[in-house]
Amino acid sequence: MEKNNLSATGSTMKPDYVIGEHPDLPPPSNTIGPIAWIRDNLLSSPANIVMTILSIFFLYKILPPSLDWMFFDAAFVGEDRNACRAVADGACWAFISERFKLFTYGFYPIENRWRVDLSFVLLVIAVIPILFDKTPFRKYGLWFAMVFPFIAGWLLVGGFGLDPVPTEKFGGFMLTLVVGITGIAFSLPLGILLALGRQSNLPIIKVFCVSFIEFIRGVPLITLLFVASTMLSYFLPPGTNFDLLLRVLIMVTLFSAGYMAEVIRGGLQAIPKGQFEASDAMGLKYWPSMRLIVLPQALKISIPGIVNTFIGLYKDTTLVIIIGLLDPLGIGRASLSDTKWTGLSNEVYLFVALFFFVSCFAMSRYSLYLENKLQTEHRR
Amino acid sequence: MSETTLSQPQRNIVSRLWNDKETRSIIIQIIAFAAIFALFFYMVRNAVINLEAIGKDISFDFLWQPASYDISQSLVEYTSRSSHFTAMIVGIINTLLIAVFGILLSTVLGFLLGVLRLSKNWVTNKLAYVYIEYTRNVPVLLHILLIHGLIVHALPLPKNAINVSDAAFLTNRGFFLPSPEIQPLFWFVLALFVMGIIFSIWFRSYAKRVQDETGKYYPVFWISLSAIMGFPLIMYFLLGSPIDWQIPELKGFNYKGGMVIRPEFIALWIALSCYTAAFIGEIVRSGITAVSWGQTEAASALGVSRGRTLSLVVIPQALRIIIPPLTSQYLNITKNSSLAIAIGYMDIVATIGGISLNQTGREMECMTIVLLLYLTFSLLISAFMNWYNKRIKLTER
Amino acid sequence: MSNSTQIGTEQMNTDQDNIVIRINQMHKWYGQFHVLKDINLDVTRGEKIVICGPSGSGKSTMIRCINRLEEHQKGDIIVDGTELTNDLKNIEAVRREVGMVFQHFNLFPHLTVLENCTLAPIWVRKTPRLEAEEIAMQYLERVKIPDQANKFPGQLSGGQQQRVAIARSLCMKPRIMLFDEPTSALDPEMIKEVLDVMIELASEGITMLCVTHEMGFAKTVADRVIFMDGGEIIEENVPQEFFDNPQHERTKLFLSQILNH
Ligand SMILES: Nc1ncnc2c1ncn2[C@@H]1O[C@H](COP(=O)(O)OP(=O)(O)OP(=O)(O)O)[C@@H](O)[C@H]1O
Ligand SMILES: [Mg+2]
Repeated sequence: MEKNNLSATGSTMKPDYVIGEHPDLPPPSNTIGPIAWIRDNLLSSPANIVMTILSIFFLYKILPPSLDWMFFDAAFVGEDRNACRAVADGACWAFISERFKLFTYGFYPIENRWRVDLSFVLLVIAVIPILFDKTPFRKYGLWFAMVFPFIAGWLLVGGFGLDPVPTEKFGGFMLTLVVGITGIAFSLPLGILLALGRQSNLPIIKVFCVSFIEFIRGVPLITLLFVASTMLSYFLPPGTNFDLLLRVLIMVTLFSAGYMAEVIRGGLQAIPKGQFEASDAMGLKYWPSMRLIVLPQALKISIPGIVNTFIGLYKDTTLVIIIGLLDPLGIGRASLSDTKWTGLSNEVYLFVALFFFVSCFAMSRYSLYLENKLQTEHRR
Repeated sequence: MSETTLSQPQRNIVSRLWNDKETRSIIIQIIAFAAIFALFFYMVRNAVINLEAIGKDISFDFLWQPASYDISQSLVEYTSRSSHFTAMIVGIINTLLIAVFGILLSTVLGFLLGVLRLSKNWVTNKLAYVYIEYTRNVPVLLHILLIHGLIVHALPLPKNAINVSDAAFLTNRGFFLPSPEIQPLFWFVLALFVMGIIFSIWFRSYAKRVQDETGKYYPVFWISLSAIMGFPLIMYFLLGSPIDWQIPELKGFNYKGGMVIRPEFIALWIALSCYTAAFIGEIVRSGITAVSWGQTEAASALGVSRGRTLSLVVIPQALRIIIPPLTSQYLNITKNSSLAIAIGYMDIVATIGGISLNQTGREMECMTIVLLLYLTFSLLISAFMNWYNKRIKLTER
Repeated sequence: MSNSTQIGTEQMNTDQDNIVIRINQMHKWYGQFHVLKDINLDVTRGEKIVICGPSGSGKSTMIRCINRLEEHQKGDIIVDGTELTNDLKNIEAVRREVGMVFQHFNLFPHLTVLENCTLAPIWVRKTPRLEAEEIAMQYLERVKIPDQANKFPGQLSGGQQQRVAIARSLCMKPRIMLFDEPTSALDPEMIKEVLDVMIELASEGITMLCVTHEMGFAKTVADRVIFMDGGEIIEENVPQEFFDNPQHERTKLFLSQILNH
C-alpha cells in the first residue's frame, strides 16, 4: 500500500516537500475515529466485552432511577413534605431551599449576618494569593492571609466595638469553615515545629514530640473531642469557663498537627544530606538554615500530603455534631425532627455530601495541579 | 600560636556556656523538660482542686457496679444487670468485630477497585474513578448516616421481609440468617482444616527447598488449597454434614431463632469498608503503576509466564510499596469505627465512653480507659505491620 | 616519612606567624572505626595543597574536620587563630572564613543562582542585599557565567553548577577554600572549565586545600602534595619530587595505578 503510494508520486510529479523532510503520513485510517476508539477501549478482548456489558448494565440499573429521584421526579418548591409528595415522588428539595439560610449561618443573629458574609469575602481575598503565585501584590496578600484568621475571629465573635455573638449561635457551613480554616491555619505551623522536634538531636525534645505525635495518631478524633467536651475543663484553673467551640478548635488543631508533622517529616527526610552540609559550611545557624534552605524544600515536597491532611481535617469537622455543635449535618438532623419535614434524611445527607464533595474535590484537584506545576517548573 | 588564641575577645561565663554546643543542648532540654513538667503539674493540680470542689475522687470501682443499660449486639453474655466492666468488654469486642470485618471487606473491595482503575476498559475504568472520587471526598460520617438511613428506611418491616430462599430474611430490624448448630463430629472437620493449614505452611518451605536444590517445581498453591479446603470438605460430607442450620422464623412482629446482624452493624460495616476501599483502591493502583512496566517486559523476555510474572515480579514489588499506606488505612478503619456512636452501634466509645460515662459521671476514668484502649490497638496493628514489612523486605533480598 | 617531617619543621621555623591552619596530633573515630590517625599538618597563608589517596583513606573526613562538618575526638585544629572546640561562636567564626566546594555541588535547588550566591553574605555577614548582589555578580563574572544569574541550578550543566558553587563560596570572601573532589562528578569536557577557574583562583593568593585526583592540576598549582592512606598522612612533598621520586611503597603503587588509567 505504502509502496504503491511512493512509486505513484515519484513517477508522476515532483514531490511537494523538501527531500528528506517528508511530512508525517496520516495515521492509518483504522487506528483513529470513534469506531476504532470503541474497539480499542471497549471491545478489545472477550473479557473486555464482558466488562463493558456489565458496566453498561450497572449504569442502566443505577443512573435512570437516581436521576429521576434527584431531578426529574423531584419537587423544588412546596410548603412541607406533603406538598412535595403531592407533586412528585422523588426528592423534596423544597426542604433544603426553605432551610438554606439556616444551613449557611446556623443560628447566627440575623442582623449580624453581614459579618459572616464579610468574613467570607475576606477569606476569598486571603486565599487567592496563597493559591496562585501570579497574583498581583502577592507579598501583601500573603501578609493579609496570615492575619486573616484573627480578623475573621474578631468579626465573627465580636467584642472591641462589635456586638458579641456567643459561639453557641455558630452553625451550618459557617461553622464548618470556622473549624476547618482554624485547623488548617494553625496545624501547619504546629506540625512543622513537631516535625523539626522529631528530627532534632536533643533527646528530650525528640521523645516529647514523638510521644505527642504517636498519641495523637493512635486515638480517634472523636475521643479527643469527648475529652474536650467532658474532661478538659477539669484541667483548667478553677472557675474558668472555657468556650466549647474554642476547646474543639484546640483539639482539632492538635489532632491535625500530629498528622501534619508526619507528612512534613517525610519531606524533611527526603532532603539530601548535602543541603544541610552546604548550609552548615556557610555558617548558617539552625533556624536560618531551616527557614531558608530546608523547610522551603521540605514543604514543597510534602504539598500533596499537606493538602490531603487538610482535606481529611475538613471532612472531620463533621464529627463536631457528636458533641452537640450544629454543623450542616447537625442542622439537617435537627430540622428533620420538625414534623413538617420528617423522613427527608436522604435529601439532607446528599445536600451536605454535595457541599463537601465540591470543596474537597476542588482541593485535591488543586493539589494535583500544584504537583504537576512544581515538577515542570524547575527540574531538580 | 598562643597570642592568636588570646586575641579572641574575652566573653563572660554565661555567653561561654550558652555557646558551648554540649551545654547549650543540655540547657535547652532542661528548660523544655521543666516547661512540660510545669504544665503537667499545673494541670494535675487544677484537676485535684476541681475534683475536690465538687467532691469527686478518682476511682475505678464503678467498673464493678451494674451498668443497667441494654446493648443490642453482644457476643458474650450481657444483661442490663451486668457490670460496666462487662459492658466495656462487649464494647471492645464490638469494636474489634467491626474493625476485622471492615479490614477484610475493604481490602477485597479496594484491590478490586485498584484493578478496575487499571483496566483498559474505558467505561469500567471511569466508573471506578467516579466511585473513588465521590467516596473519598465525602466525610465518612455522612456515608455512615446515609447507608444507615437507607437500610432503616428502604428495607421492609419484618412482616414483609425480603426472603432469600427461605433461609435468610432481610428487614430493617437487621438481617436474619440461619445459625449453625455444631455437632461433635464437626470437630474432626475442623481439626483436619487446622492440620491442612499447618501442612501447607510446612509444604511451602519444603517445596522451596526442593526447588532450590533440584529445580523441580510443585504446584504449591493447588496442593495447599486442596489440603486446607478440599480434604475438610470431603470429610464434612463423609460425616454426613455435622452442622444443623437453625432457620429464623417470624414470631409476632419479629424473627426468632437463627442469627441476626443488626442494621447498625451492617450500615457501619458497609460504610466504613466502602469508604476505606476507595483509598485502598488508589493505593493499589499507584503501587502497581509504580512497578515499572520494564520489569514485566524483562520477565516475559526471560520466558517467564504471565501468571508467574505477576506473582513473582509485579506483586512482590507492588506489595512493598502498597503495604505501608495500607497499614495506615487499617489503622484508620479501626479508629473510624468509633463513629459508631452516631448510629448507636455499641462499640468502645458508645459503651464505656458514652453511656457508662454519662451514668456514672466518671469522665476522667472512662476517657482514660477509652484512650488507652485505642492506643493499644494502634500500637498492636503498627507493630504487626512493621514485622510483616520487615519479613517482606527480607524475603525480597 | 623523614622527608615530610623535615619540611614541616622547616616551615614552622620560617612561617610561624603565617600559619593559617594547624592540625596537631588529630585523631577521629566513627564509633569503633579509627578513620584518622595522628594527623599533623600546618598550612601557611596562601599555600596550595593537593590531597590524594585511595578511596576510603579519609581525605574527605580530614578536610571536613577543618570546618567542623565532622568533629575530631583527639588533638587540636586551629584555623586562622581560632581553635575548633564545641564553642559554637568559634565554629561560626571559622565557617565564615572557610569556603567549601563539594563533589556534588550541593547548590540549593529552590533558589536562583544569584540567590544561592547572596544567601550567606546576607544572612551570615549581614551585607545589605544590593551590595551582596553586586559582589555576587562580580564573582559570577569571574567564573564566567553572569548570564545564568537568574536561572535555577537544575537548569545548568554540571560544570556550570560547580562554577556557581565556587562563586557561592567566594562571595563570603573566605581566606581559605576547601575543595572535596570538585571535578569527580563531572563529565570529562566539563572538568576543564572548572579546573581553569580553580587555577585562576590559585594565582590570587588564597589558601587552598584540594582533594583531587587531577594530577595535572596538582603539578601546575600545588605547593605541596599530600598522600593519605588508611587514615594516615603517608607522604608529603612538593609536586615535582612527589611525582618523580615517591618515597613510600604505597605512594608508588597509588601513582602507578592512577597514572596508568
Ligand atoms: N558517617 C560515617 N560513619 C562511619 N564511617 C564513615 C562515615 N563517613 C565515612 N566513613 C568511613 O570513613 C572512611 C573515610 O571516609 P572518607 O569519605 O573520608 O574517604 P575518602 O578518602 O574521601 O574516600 P573517597 O575518595 O571515596 O571520597 C571510609 O572508610 C568510610 O567508610
Ligand atoms: Mg571523599
